[in-house]
Amino acid sequence: MRAVLGLLALGLIGGRVQAAVDDAVLAAQAERVDVIAKAQEATLAIFIGGGQGGGSGVVISPDGYALTNFHVVAGAGEAVKCGMAHGELYDAVVVGVDPVGDVALIQLFGRDDFPCAVLGDSDDVRAGDWVYVIGNPFLLATDFRPTVTYGIVSGVHRYQYPAGTLLEYADCIQTDASINPGNSGGPLFDAAGRLIGINGRGSFEKRGRVNVGVGYAISINQIKNFMGCLRGGRIVDHATLGARLGSQEDGRVVVTDILDTSDAYRRGLRYGDEVVEFAGRPVGTVNAFKNILGTFPKGWRVPLTFQRKGQRQHIEVRLSGVHGAQELVDKITGGPRIEPPAPKPNRKPGEPKLPEKPRDGPPQPMPLPGAHEHREPPPEIVKQHYEARRGYANFYYNRLNRDRVWQVLSGRGDFTPLVGPWLIRGQIGSGGEAEFRLSDAAVGCTLPGGQLNLPIDDSLSSAVDPPGSGGLLAALYLWRRFLVKGPDQFGSMDYYGALQIADHAGPVDLLVGAFGGVECRFFVDPVSGHLPLIELVLRDDDDPCELHFTDYREFGGRDVPSRMLVKYGDNLYGVFLLDELKWGGAE
Amino acid sequence: MRAEWRAFRFLRVVERNLFRSLRRQAAPARTASKRNKFRSTTAAAALLVFAVCAPAFAASFSTVIQQTQPKIVKIYGAGGFRGLEAYQSGFLISPEGHIVTAWSYVLDTEYISVSLDDGRKFDAKLLGADPRLEVAVLKIEAADLPHFNLAERGDARTGTRVLAFSNLFGVATGNEPVSVQHGVIAVKAPLVARRGTFETPYHGVAYILDAMTNNPGAQGGALTDRHGRLLAMLGKELRNSQSNTWLNYAIPLDELAPTIEAIRSGKFVASSAGDADVRPQHALRAELLGLVLVPDVLDRTPPFIDRVEPGSPAALAGLQPDDLVVFVNNALVPSCQALAAEIERIDRADSVKLTVMRGQRLIEVELAAEEK
Repeated sequence: MRAVLGLLALGLIGGRVQAAVDDAVLAAQAERVDVIAKAQEATLAIFIGGGQGGGSGVVISPDGYALTNFHVVAGAGEAVKCGMAHGELYDAVVVGVDPVGDVALIQLFGRDDFPCAVLGDSDDVRAGDWVYVIGNPFLLATDFRPTVTYGIVSGVHRYQYPAGTLLEYADCIQTDASINPGNSGGPLFDAAGRLIGINGRGSFEKRGRVNVGVGYAISINQIKNFMGCLRGGRIVDHATLGARLGSQEDGRVVVTDILDTSDAYRRGLRYGDEVVEFAGRPVGTVNAFKNILGTFPKGWRVPLTFQRKGQRQHIEVRLSGVHGAQELVDKITGGPRIEPPAPKPNRKPGEPKLPEKPRDGPPQPMPLPGAHEHREPPPEIVKQHYEARRGYANFYYNRLNRDRVWQVLSGRGDFTPLVGPWLIRGQIGSGGEAEFRLSDAAVGCTLPGGQLNLPIDDSLSSAVDPPGSGGLLAALYLWRRFLVKGPDQFGSMDYYGALQIADHAGPVDLLVGAFGGVECRFFVDPVSGHLPLIELVLRDDDDPCELHFTDYREFGGRDVPSRMLVKYGDNLYGVFLLDELKWGGAE
Repeated sequence: MRAEWRAFRFLRVVERNLFRSLRRQAAPARTASKRNKFRSTTAAAALLVFAVCAPAFAASFSTVIQQTQPKIVKIYGAGGFRGLEAYQSGFLISPEGHIVTAWSYVLDTEYISVSLDDGRKFDAKLLGADPRLEVAVLKIEAADLPHFNLAERGDARTGTRVLAFSNLFGVATGNEPVSVQHGVIAVKAPLVARRGTFETPYHGVAYILDAMTNNPGAQGGALTDRHGRLLAMLGKELRNSQSNTWLNYAIPLDELAPTIEAIRSGKFVASSAGDADVRPQHALRAELLGLVLVPDVLDRTPPFIDRVEPGSPAALAGLQPDDLVVFVNNALVPSCQALAAEIERIDRADSVKLTVMRGQRLIEVELAAEEK
């Protein structure tokens, strides 16, 4: 009763003061209300494992792909349930995970018109920008209607140390908007309602793991780099340069350690070199370098500029994985829960030591009252979209994408009947003629320097011929093998994801095949269905042999490249121009 | 009990003032939607306050922040163990490198290092400090630095929108800009907190903030209005040990400016920690705790414990001979005299926190002369 009287009094006071509110203010308010309402629609309340806990998420496509944190779905199994603002609960399956970046991609089922968020450009975000955090803190919303908190961007390009090697927040956005347990995996929107990040972590310490005004969101631009890999059902690894950097007294960032097996070493980077620019961004501090590195998945090639004795050099560096082949899988299957990050040694040499107490970490999935370990079998729709395979988050999506790529590729020409020998004749760019003979049993060539023949046996790992090419013959053999046999009979073949490659507009899909103890990468343009690039990796610690295919033209109803550039490391082996092509059917 | 009640009363004051300010802010907005006037709640009022301020804010916010961040510095010094951060924040008040920061254990070293916004690092000299105002002034050798002009202070009261700049949690290093948070001044009121509950030597007027500003490393940061005009210096972390609640406060420049100017001009005489006016009527003494220190024979005799009276509070707390007392209630006591002076500022009815070094280990105990 007293409260009602209080409100009455409030109203009366309001009635007395005749202050008009500016139209611009009212318009801004109305706009904000609209933005929030729309943003809420795309936000998810995620529940895992029969009500054991949960977090938040956000839908990013009408067919139900949605983002959340890895630490929300870790231990959830393949199935999660997602509540949306309009009150409906949907089944969803885990598609792909990035355990280092703390990102997971899931897919919701039941609609093809899910309300979804528009992705923004997180590099445009500045300190002071207004932001909205939407999600399900403390799992408050029993009707799934998400909670909104607002704040400003406190800092951009922040670096927060990982727990061991997982849950590293590089290049993240810091905000003072409240982020609490249960907000994990939920969206950070800019004032216009564009998705700029995924909230996942705060600086927590002695205040009971609740908001202290310092929350961190994974930048959406980083997630865009990983998206192609996540859609492929993979457990995606982050990248390392194979070199350690340190800052000098004079502020320069220099190489303090480098592996001689790394690509950076092969490209010429050495101990003591000053790193100036990386992936097109300036490197002013070690943190700045780690920030940039943290936004790339394993396997990407990025430009790097370094300075030695006043001379600047530009190189393209292939990034290797943070983890060994099975290490990451072991790490995330070892236990259902990921521990919060270890002490963060956020200091440079010479600076005083920081506290040894862990203080900083992701809010853990919020347990629900009365939770029990009982897990229901996954719903039918999830079973239909899930295939377990070691090393994958969900192999169903890997196969789905592999088959999609093959469909596009074979749409430009069906090579599968061409099982007979292939004869390829043409000119060498530097002068002279060349001939290649490809068949199931052997591959040979006649070059101005002489004739070579490579019989195909169990192992291709020493097939480096012709000398200096890095394995051109083996690469051509595998090219034909891929086109004729298809992904199912090639050997083993998986979908890596989508990525950018040099001198090619738009992202390309990458299929990675293994045969004869070597790895062969087939890059496929998802629009043209052409193969702009093949890379053959004979040894992990050596450069691949690169075949750059261009100038595609139709030949016998199939698109064929009429120009092939062969590169091995920094050396251009040669350019080959196609004159004549003969291929036979079944012998 | 007494302490608890005071803390409670204090929080009530904060809440009451917060509500008053919200009500005042909300009043004009009420007319705009007369039909809904009875449905309005405090929460709605808060949103409306936001609405009123947002457009003016949005235009200039990034600019104000970009202009202010270069005036903030990152300070590195003593600490780095037992949850004591070895870093804090400060701000420049002269082009030639005068820096205002919070007086804390971080400054208790010969080697104070300052990182500017552009990444340059300097060794800093402590010009002076007033522990009771929790303020210190540092000096680095530099020129043409961006800085706040102490004479051009902003005006703030309850409801004023503020920005807090600090390197909380040491998030930024090198040339990375410090963090910025936004909030509202909930109330300007005397900090009638006291040891044991809200433990602070500062008893003057403070701005109480609705934002989570006072985190580790934030002390010494700058509080400005939305135009970037300096209002106050961010205080330390302040926790009520009984309720485990945290208070976010900043000390207004009006309180600090005379002392800062005095230190800067070399006229400041540090008031003795044992001043009569801060000394409680029934002051604590080491003997009352059952502590006997080594004979005070040097200029700065390290306060080693010589003897612990059997059955005394010190004995019950587990203190031992040869323990070196490092902190009394988080105040560094480098000598027997400093220890005596610090301990005499404590009411014997209150408990005291002693941090001692035993071998290489730091041990923290809490004890009281009298049973509660």
